Formats: sequence, C-alpha cells, structure tokens
Amino acid sequence: MTQDHLNFIFIGISFAVYIGIAIKSRAGSTKEYYTAGGGVSPLANGMATAADWMSAATFISMAGTVALSGYDASRFLMGWTGGFVLLTILMVPYLRKFNKATVPDFVGDRYYSKLARGVAVGCAIFICMTYIMGQMRGVGVVFSQLFGISITSGVIIGGAIVFFYAGLGGMKGITYTQVAQYCVMAFAYTIPAIFIAMAMTGNVLPQIGLISHYTAGGEAVPFLEKLNNINTELGFAEYTSGKLSTINMFCITAALMCGTAGLPHVIVRFFTVKNVSAVRKSACWTLLFIAVIYLTAPAIGAFARVNLIEKLHDTSYQEAPYWLQEFEETGQMAWIDKNDDGKIQYYGPAKSVAGTHAVFQGKKPSYPTLEATDSQLVGKHGQRLLANKVDTSNPNELWFGNDIMVMANPHMAGLPMWVIALLMAGCIAAALSTAAGLLLVLSTSISHDLMKKILKPDLSDKDEVRYARVASFLALAVAVYFGINPPSQFIAKTVAFAFGLAASSFFPALLMGIFSKRMNREGAIAGMLCGILFTFGYITYFQFLDGTPDQYLLGITPEGIGFVGMLINFAVAFLVSAFTPAPPQVVQEMVENIHIPSGSGEASHH
Amino acid sequence: MKDAPSHPHRRACLRLVLGLLAVWFSVSFGCGILFREWLDANAPQIGSAPFGFWMAQQGAIICFVILLVVYAFLMNRLDAKHGYTEDN
Repeated sequence: MTQDHLNFIFIGISFAVYIGIAIKSRAGSTKEYYTAGGGVSPLANGMATAADWMSAATFISMAGTVALSGYDASRFLMGWTGGFVLLTILMVPYLRKFNKATVPDFVGDRYYSKLARGVAVGCAIFICMTYIMGQMRGVGVVFSQLFGISITSGVIIGGAIVFFYAGLGGMKGITYTQVAQYCVMAFAYTIPAIFIAMAMTGNVLPQIGLISHYTAGGEAVPFLEKLNNINTELGFAEYTSGKLSTINMFCITAALMCGTAGLPHVIVRFFTVKNVSAVRKSACWTLLFIAVIYLTAPAIGAFARVNLIEKLHDTSYQEAPYWLQEFEETGQMAWIDKNDDGKIQYYGPAKSVAGTHAVFQGKKPSYPTLEATDSQLVGKHGQRLLANKVDTSNPNELWFGNDIMVMANPHMAGLPMWVIALLMAGCIAAALSTAAGLLLVLSTSISHDLMKKILKPDLSDKDEVRYARVASFLALAVAVYFGINPPSQFIAKTVAFAFGLAASSFFPALLMGIFSKRMNREGAIAGMLCGILFTFGYITYFQFLDGTPDQYLLGITPEGIGFVGMLINFAVAFLVSAFTPAPPQVVQEMVENIHIPSGSGEASHH
Repeated sequence: MKDAPSHPHRRACLRLVLGLLAVWFSVSFGCGILFREWLDANAPQIGSAPFGFWMAQQGAIICFVILLVVYAFLMNRLDAKHGYTEDN
C-alpha cells in the first residue's frame, strides 16, 4: 500500500464522518441555524471553538514560524491564546447574557444606531472574508498536492464540501462536525511530536523534551543550548533571544490579543451554550484544547529545526534524505549549489558581508516552463533547477517554506506512513472547520444584520434562513474566486488587517458598551471610525503603498499598529462622549442588566 | 469603566476581573516581554530553558488556562453567594 492510498483512506474516512454528522444534525429553524438552538454542551462547544479558531495556517505554518524565528514567534503563541483570557473575562459572558445572535446586533442595540450597526457589519464581513480566502487557498493547495489535481479544482472541491455542511447544516451542523475535526487535528499534531521527542530527547512529552537534554547525538547536551549553538554557528540570531524590539513585540502581542477578543466568528461560538455559567466553563475547555496544540508547536518547531540542519547542512546532495527531493518537486524546498561543491550549505545573515541569507531573488522559487530542455530542469547532481536569479551576496544555498516544518516532520523523523496520512487529514480538517465557521458568520452578517435589521425589517423567519443560505453561497463563490486567483501577496498581508481592525474597532466598542453606562452613540461611532481609519491608513501605507521601515511610528510594524489604533479609539470615544448627551434610560438599564448573570434564556435572534 | 458600580455583586466581579487581568498582564507582557532579558539572565532556569523565554513560549499559555479555570470557579461562587445561580 502506497502513501497515496493511505492518504486517500484517511481523508475519505474523515470526510464520511463529517458529512454524516452534518446530515444528522441539520438545522431546521433560524435559532438552530444561527446558534444551534443554544443547547450545545460546554465541552462540545469548547472543542468546536478550538477547531474553528485554529486555521490551516496555524496548523501548518505556526511551528515553522517558531522554528525560523525562535523567541520572536512567542508573539503569536501568547497573542492567540492570551486573547481568550480577555474574551472570557471581559466579553462573552456579558454578550451571552445580552442574548442576541450576532456581534453587530449588540453594537446596533447598545449604541441605538443604524450607523453603528452598519459599521459593525462592514467590519465583520471584511474580517471574515479576509480569513476565508486564505482557508480556501489552503484547502486547494493541500488537495492539489494530495491528488495531483490543479489548485483550481482543489479549491472548488473544498468549496463544495464546505458549502454542503455549513450552508445547509447551519451552526448546529458545523458545531458537531468541528468536534470531530478537532479530534483529528489534535491527534495529527501531537502524535508526530511525541515520536520525535522520544527519538531526540528520550522524553514522551514534547514540552518536557524542549527543556531537557538532546540525547540523539551521543553525549547529552541541554536541548536549547544546542539549538542556540547551531544557530549562532550558522550565522543566525540566538534561538532564545530573538531580534524584534521590545516595544514592537509588545504592540504586536497586544494587537493580536485584543484582535482575538474582538473577532466576531469566535464570539458567536459562545452564543451556542445554555447560559452564562456554561459560557465560562466552555471557555475553559476551549483554551485547554487550543493550548494542547499551542504548547506543542514550540517543541515541534525546535525539534524540526535541529533535525533539518543536522540532516541537511554540509551533506552532499546525493546523500541527502529522500524527502528533500519530494519537497523540491512540490516547490517547498529548493537548493542552489552556489559554490559548486555538491554539498548543501545552510547559513544565516551573519555569515555574509551584506547581512542577507536569501538563496535567490524573489520571494518564492519559480521554475522553468515546460518547454525547457533537460539541462535547464535538472542540475548535475540531480537537483531541481530554479528560474530565479541567484542571490550571490551570501553563501546560503537552502531555501524552504514555513510549512515544511510540520509537513516534513514525520518524514524527517522516519515515522510510519499512517502518521503522514493522519497529518494530511488533520490539515484538511483545520482548513475546513475554520472556513465553515467563518462562512456561517458571513452569511449571518448579511442575512440577519444587513437584510433583516437594516434593509428589510419585515423579513420572516423562514425567508431569513433562505437569505442566509443564498448569502453563504455567494460569499463562498467570492472566497473560491480569490482562492483561485489570490491577489498576489494580498492574503498574507490582509491578516494584519483582520486583527488590526478587530482590535481597533470591535474590541473597544464592545468593551465600553459592556462596562460603561455613560458611553453613548456619538462617542462609540467617533471612536470606531478614528480607530479604523488610523489602522487602515497605516497598514495600507506600509503594505500596499511605498512606505519604508524607517518611517514606522516608534518602530511599530503594521502587524502591531492595531494596538495604537485601539488606544486612539478609546481616547476619542471618551472625549466625544464627555461632550455629548448620555444614552437613553433604556440603554443604561440594559447595560445594568447584562451584568446580572442569571436569566439569559436561550439565545435568540429577535 | 468610568462609573462606579453600585451593586455589590458587580463590584465583587469587577475586583475579581481586575485581579485576574493583573496576573494575565504580568505573566505574558511582564515575564514574556518587558522583563524577559532580565529574567533570562537572573531567574532560575526551567529545565534547560531560560526563564523569560520559557514563560513566553510555554509558561504564559499554561497560566492562561489556569486563569480561566480560576475565573469560572470564583465567578460561579460569587453568583451563588448573591443568589444568581441557575440549574445546569
């Protein structure tokens, strides 16, 4: 049985399970469509939220980011988990008590304004759209690698599957599917890590392995010390120190945390449980399930880096392990023999006068066209040749993508084929579960917040679900289109947008709406607009126009600017609200009321 | 955030939330970022990992989970004390 067959079997089985669950728990009413009827158990909701939260990018690339940047990657590790603390103790119990189906619903009612609702709907749609595009692309890439089809058909197949169970099944359908998907993801992520930890450090737990001794190379040495030595020897920054400035690190982490706490597709997950105390319990489960993956990622990253360098650096190409060639084929690794010695050299920026370590010019490897002759395709050692111009300013010869750390890990450690098949299934589960969750929020934003609450207030219950299904189809069509034709580097760059926007718009608006009785319509709208415009402007200027790094405000990169935008939002909101009339008595009583935890009833959409 | 909470339950909740936020800030931003270098050099190592580095990559996340468990437990107890319990 070959690897392809095993992949096929594992993915086939997992799909059958997902679709079976989706059909069994299909939504019948708007209540079930939006919030699964409000009766999901805290444990199930915790698993589903964790699966929803961890996208294909997190699943595949995060360990790779840790491997490449060591300490600096802690901003993602802390940012994407610490946000749940804010979310749980400041937001969701109160929003659940408020008892509406969506986030723009709260903003619209709390600030008694259609404009505020409109701004919130716009942000929600933008944030979800940004995310879902990346997911569809991810599904397409995995499918195309697995089954040897084009990325286009991969994206379309993925889209069809997502539509089938998210569009039809609603929140109820996807919640139970995501429970299954979480299980697949957790096993797929931790099993390879355990095998590798045992091989490299003799510890079963990867987290313990990370802080103990490296035993695979004869004499035992502290693992991180070994990693630091390797890094500095090859000309990289010390693994445990990092390069980012403290203020930048602070701002990025803060923006990611506050952004997480303001992401509409995460918040709505907590509307599916029974009452406020179940929300708190469910949040504990969610973070615990997320922590299982997030605590493993740093270990995988560190192990993979040592493994990769030990196996490849200063090895002749002919003796290099088989997976190097496999990943060259898929374009995830590339080797250019700059010094013509037939050996692979991997060096960091400190090994060149220019301070660079790019192997070639351009961001990704490109390859000769099909008409090229054999001598243009294959080098004299059998390596795949690139069409990129060689970067001769440094001696580094090895290029690899971030994704390689997770995908190649089982190969590097020589794990059995079924582990690799499981990993593939986990990867697809990660992409599908996130895409489905996002699609649902997108369709609700359009059908409920836009159609019912702003454009057509007399929409009936049944029509609303119909609109939601149509909206999810349209949204998916757009996402599939951008999945097939990604606007160049657009997707990766817009992630900064999504978090910056959530941090500078939703987070302050929700926080002030919950904790300040005095905050009024004028203050909230002015704050949101200033926060968004500042963040939007800053990111656009540096990501899409020709802003250069020396123009950064206090050295803060666009990733972290959402934090500054958030501070601006708070300041403007308080200033404006101090000079404008207090909100109506009804609204003040409402704020008073959401702090009383009992009597939340079932989540409704009325 | 500006107006003083009048209700005793609300005041107790706010105190708890602020306390937890202080811990949240010090384990992540404090140990993991602001005082990381000092801690790396001066605090005892966790296994073979420098303290600040370990906090940033592992410790903070573990603390977050503990924080949420503590929050759920104490809030439920507060609710019960003030008579807001619901049947689960």
